[in-house]
Amino acid sequence: MSDLPLMELKDIHKSFGNVDALKGVSISINAGECHCLLGDNGAGKSTFIKIMSGVHQPTSGQININGKETEINNPRDAIDAGIATVYQDLALIPLMSVSRNFWLGRELTKKVGPITVMDFEKCNSILMTEMDKIGIQLRDPTQSIGTLSGGERQTVAIARAVFFGAKILILDEPTSALGVYQTSNVLKTIERVREKGVAVVFISHNVSHALAVGDKFTVLSRGETLGTAKSGEIDFQELQAMMSGHKELSELKK
Amino acid sequence: MSTIEKKISLIRSKFSVALLRPDLGAIVGVVLVFLFFFLVARDTGMFSLEGSMNWGIVSSQFIIIAVGACLLMIAGEFDLSVGSMIGFAGIIIAVTSVVWGWPVWLSIISAFVVSMAIGALIGYITVKTNLPSFIVSLAFLYILRGMTIFIAIISTKKTIIGGVTEVAENDWLAPFFGGKIFTGAFDWLAEQGIIQTFVAGTKAGQPVVSGIPMMMVWAIGLIIFAHLLLTKTRFGNWIYAAGGDAQAARHIGVPVNRVKILMFVFTAFCATVFATTQVIEFGSASADRGILKEFEAIISVVIGGALLTGGYGSVIGAALGAVIFGVVQQGLFFIGVESSLFRVFLGVLLLLAVILNTHVRKLITGAK
Ligand SMILES: Nc1ncnc2c1ncn2[C@@H]1O[C@H](COP(=O)(O)OP(=O)(O)OP(=O)(O)O)[C@@H](O)[C@H]1O
Ligand SMILES: [Mg+2]
Repeated sequence: MSDLPLMELKDIHKSFGNVDALKGVSISINAGECHCLLGDNGAGKSTFIKIMSGVHQPTSGQININGKETEINNPRDAIDAGIATVYQDLALIPLMSVSRNFWLGRELTKKVGPITVMDFEKCNSILMTEMDKIGIQLRDPTQSIGTLSGGERQTVAIARAVFFGAKILILDEPTSALGVYQTSNVLKTIERVREKGVAVVFISHNVSHALAVGDKFTVLSRGETLGTAKSGEIDFQELQAMMSGHKELSELKK
Repeated sequence: MSTIEKKISLIRSKFSVALLRPDLGAIVGVVLVFLFFFLVARDTGMFSLEGSMNWGIVSSQFIIIAVGACLLMIAGEFDLSVGSMIGFAGIIIAVTSVVWGWPVWLSIISAFVVSMAIGALIGYITVKTNLPSFIVSLAFLYILRGMTIFIAIISTKKTIIGGVTEVAENDWLAPFFGGKIFTGAFDWLAEQGIIQTFVAGTKAGQPVVSGIPMMMVWAIGLIIFAHLLLTKTRFGNWIYAAGGDAQAARHIGVPVNRVKILMFVFTAFCATVFATTQVIEFGSASADRGILKEFEAIISVVIGGALLTGGYGSVIGAALGAVIFGVVQQGLFFIGVESSLFRVFLGVLLLLAVILNTHVRKLITGAK
């Protein structure tokens, strides 16, 4: 692991009209590290990661990728820079088959005479192998995503992002709607992805989910950073107290 | 998940997959409709070659506009201006060729260009304003119909412009919309006595069916094109995605706006094909042509199993929906049922189809 962070966001501000959603947030993200963003409702977590993934542009602030100042103007820019985002509710398209979802936007094609068509055979066989790796048993690649459980959908979306070479994987509350069993599966997937050297940005309300996989924890409150702590430096009670009481990390350490 | 739960979900999903062919309902519908009319209308000549040609042509007309509406609906949008577009394109062809004296091929190409540009405009306004296409295209339903009547009145003081047959006589493009193909084969079949011939009148000796009308050729061509585009190409994948969840598709990097606009253009193309075949066939254009066609198209598509909310459907289903439409309309005529009952039937069928589709949607998305 090099010392240079994969991605740095410095003093990010974002206003929607007169709502200041972010008031100077800075974090840095390293390969093979799971960075948890914690915070209460409305803290600005989603806004922050939407800036990382090109959905919003910051009002002010600097973004460096591999040490170079970069502008992310749209989701395509983010994808090209290796930043993939899995949104809780719109990770995939429920009416479409698992295979069509997995390959969406990156469809493998072949030529049949003069026309270019999707190479379903290849798409499906690669998909089955990939699903096997992450422990999802598909009956067949054409079954719709809607027939999978919420946890399985998250897992498929994560596998998809990693398969297509994501260096930074952003997960917005992937576990918030899941039961215990499915949550543990998603957390396992995060673990596996991180071991591959992918940087994971994991957003959660749930401190115990974060502690289970996180290497670093940044707590946001009303658009501001309360501080960043490393795994082992902070425990459940302290994190919980920061999230709810808006106490500064330094205050807790006193 | 317990093993019992797993088993239940497996059985449920197996059952779902069988039900989840979007066109299943339409396939069953077509079989039932044919069965019904075969039983009650066999003696009316409905299923003779001539009779079949009759409902075949009517079905083809429905198919041509249903195919466009189908891809557009799967992409998550509607176009209520299709009927007005049909009237509009027809009048453009007639005014430019008959009144202005343009060669017919140029008139036809102009109609396609103008209609498709308007389709693009409807799409552009829809994606840029984020308004429901229902409203945007409703506006164009009125705008285009009004423009059509206006253009017809100021250029000829009439709403029906005739004389296209004469100016189209030696045109190279018009036969692609008006003529028939395989006429030689049909003549030969008639000589062999396989096809009946007219026994009296000006056409005596000619086969009762002299070839496959271009209308049918277009219908079949459009089905094949749209079906392959939707199910086999990557662009088809984007059509499903744009209608299934536009926001999710955008995040993944699918050019959703471009897909939607192109589908509006395609719908306008289909409307213009319909308009052109009618103008060439009748030799005239009428400013009120195409009224209610947008709904007939949408109904065919819904009977064909597509979801009104987008993201799911089938071109084959829409075509079968159009065939149900055509066979029932003409079948009722053959058995001499009051034709107004056709609308009653259609309303009931639409309601049943929508209820069935909504249920199917729940099965696919796993929603309770
Ligand atoms: N598009 C927008 N327009 C206006 N205000 C917005 C917009 N998006 C977010 N906000 C506001 O910014 C603030 C931060 O919202 P954000 O969604 O980032 O919070 P969050 O930390 O993700 O909360 P949650 O845990 O509920 O998901 C809120 O006050 C919200 O109302
Ligand atoms: Mg949020």
